[in-house]
Amino acid sequence: MVTTGSQQALDLVTRLFINPGDVVLAESPSYVGALGVFRAYQADVVHVAMDAEGLIPESLRETITTLEAAGKPIKFLYTIPNFHNPAGVTLSWGRRLEILDICRSHGILVLEDNPYGLLYFDQPAPQAMRSVDDEGVIYLGSFSKTLAPGFRVGWALAPHAIREKLILANESATLSPNSFGQFVITEYLDQTDWKGQIDTFRHLYAERRDAMLSALGEYLPKLSWTKPEGGFFVWVTLPDELDSKAMLPRAVKELVAYTPGTAFYSDGQGKQNMRLSFCYPTPESIRTGIARLATVINGEIDLLQTFSGANLTTPIPTRSSVTTPPPNTL
Amino acid sequence: MTTPLVPESLRTVTVLAGGISHERDVSLRSGRRVADSLTAHGISVELRDPDATLLGHLSETRPDVIWPALHGASGEDGALRGVLEALDIPFVGSRATAARLAWDKPTAKALVARAGIHTPRSVTLSHDAFRELGAVSVLQAIADEHPVPLVVKPARGGSAQGVTVVDDIAGLPRAMVDAYTYCEDVLVEQKIVGTEVAIGVIDTGDGPIALPAVEIVPRSGFYGFEARYNAGETRFFTPARLDDTVAAAAAAAAVAAHTALGLRHLSRVDLIIDAAGTAWFLEVNVLPGLTETSLVPLALEAAGYDLGWLYAELAQKAITDHRA
Repeated sequence: MVTTGSQQALDLVTRLFINPGDVVLAESPSYVGALGVFRAYQADVVHVAMDAEGLIPESLRETITTLEAAGKPIKFLYTIPNFHNPAGVTLSWGRRLEILDICRSHGILVLEDNPYGLLYFDQPAPQAMRSVDDEGVIYLGSFSKTLAPGFRVGWALAPHAIREKLILANESATLSPNSFGQFVITEYLDQTDWKGQIDTFRHLYAERRDAMLSALGEYLPKLSWTKPEGGFFVWVTLPDELDSKAMLPRAVKELVAYTPGTAFYSDGQGKQNMRLSFCYPTPESIRTGIARLATVINGEIDLLQTFSGANLTTPIPTRSSVTTPPPNTL
Repeated sequence: MTTPLVPESLRTVTVLAGGISHERDVSLRSGRRVADSLTAHGISVELRDPDATLLGHLSETRPDVIWPALHGASGEDGALRGVLEALDIPFVGSRATAARLAWDKPTAKALVARAGIHTPRSVTLSHDAFRELGAVSVLQAIADEHPVPLVVKPARGGSAQGVTVVDDIAGLPRAMVDAYTYCEDVLVEQKIVGTEVAIGVIDTGDGPIALPAVEIVPRSGFYGFEARYNAGETRFFTPARLDDTVAAAAAAAAVAAHTALGLRHLSRVDLIIDAAGTAWFLEVNVLPGLTETSLVPLALEAAGYDLGWLYAELAQKAITDHRA
């Protein structure tokens, strides 16, 4: 089914399945735009741990067991298996199969969101989870990252019974998705070397990823970060005592911006993280940006050291008064 | 509706708004509102972001008046105003030297105190002082001399960024860190408990006069960045709920502060009125927010001013002052 961007598919699936208080499982962290949808339908988002290979099956099992013991209805697992937003990591093939097994045995639907899959750098991502399970997976695709976000054209590949409901829900939501955009995209796919264009993007983004990783290594060697093999994002972990949300206005003052990690959690985590996006700036700008970020971070660490003897762990009630611009939800 | 009469000398105004600072959005909203008000008054207005092309553009177009609606450092610290003076084009608001004094909160407090206005006890400390003398001993000395509640703020900066109210002395170190991330000098000030008011001061040619005080009652109890720029986060009472004598004394204090700092055309003085009715000077803004949720426009409307008329009068005053 064609939708108004895959964001609308997220909305429709959530509208169909979620009653207030139902559980949605999501990676820890997860996509800010999806969390916003889940929140709007009053879902209870429960994060499941990930590592460099993506969602951890053992953590998924434990989380499900705990939730089931508490009598909580789990409706679906929302996952971005390829070049995760914001974490940048990719779910390994072995884990894909294991996670599908776990979800199948607990009657949990999988919502597989794959906007970045074609944008790999060195080797293609593993096959989609939907490719081996056409009953338990709703797959979401999008032209936003491979062609242009402005068309607002995405699609959902859903099991038959769900697809029927999605079509009805879509009709009531928008009557029909943007048909002009679909004609243009059809023409584009028919008439141009779109795969060649995606190759161009892949090389462009790979060069930018390299610039970001090498600048991080050079300017902020003491921090840790993920090493994406595709997509747009690097997920950076700061020292414990720093707060990425409180730091953002200071970074903007130094003419560099990022998305604070707190945007990607529904439970207040993420203070020690930031999402850096390498898709838009040139390699030169990326280096400049990371150098500026290093100035901000090192300045804060220096200050914390000055006051380190003076019990710095006291919570300050007004810290929440620091505001941040809305995150870039692309 | 009749077209308002625009004086011959005031045909073109360039409103500066935006800039690169965390207050950019606020400035854009202020600038848009000033520009719309002036346009509705029949003046030809150009809205410009101050970027690398600005000075060349101003030299070329030479508007009758520049109306800076820039908040934060370069807009309020005198830097841009110094450049505008060098360009020799009239501009609205305080001159560079006065803006520089007002921008530095400890300096402003000292000058205002010298004019006989109360301002809370405070100490200003540089980051270097902490490095040299050791954080623990300096903090202890502050704690001994300045009992809580305290307000810790960057010595220079706007929109309450980096400002913390410290009710428990254990929170002082973290508050210092937060303030130092915005400025290398930090002001630790006694918090005066009372009614928070902002008083706009305007001068269209007959000397500075105070607008009705706006009383600020933030929902969270703290008038921080969020309370300032999100509609509904703060309740305002215009005029403030003060008795006439107290209100008159506060208005006089605001005008005296404006005068003591050598400000011109427009400013906003922030005060706290304690239980005894004494007005305490906190700080002054040489380019107060002029957005739809800002305090000075609220006060202007309460006083019955037409915004377009007033903004044009201030522009006209800038021309007159420039000729003098």
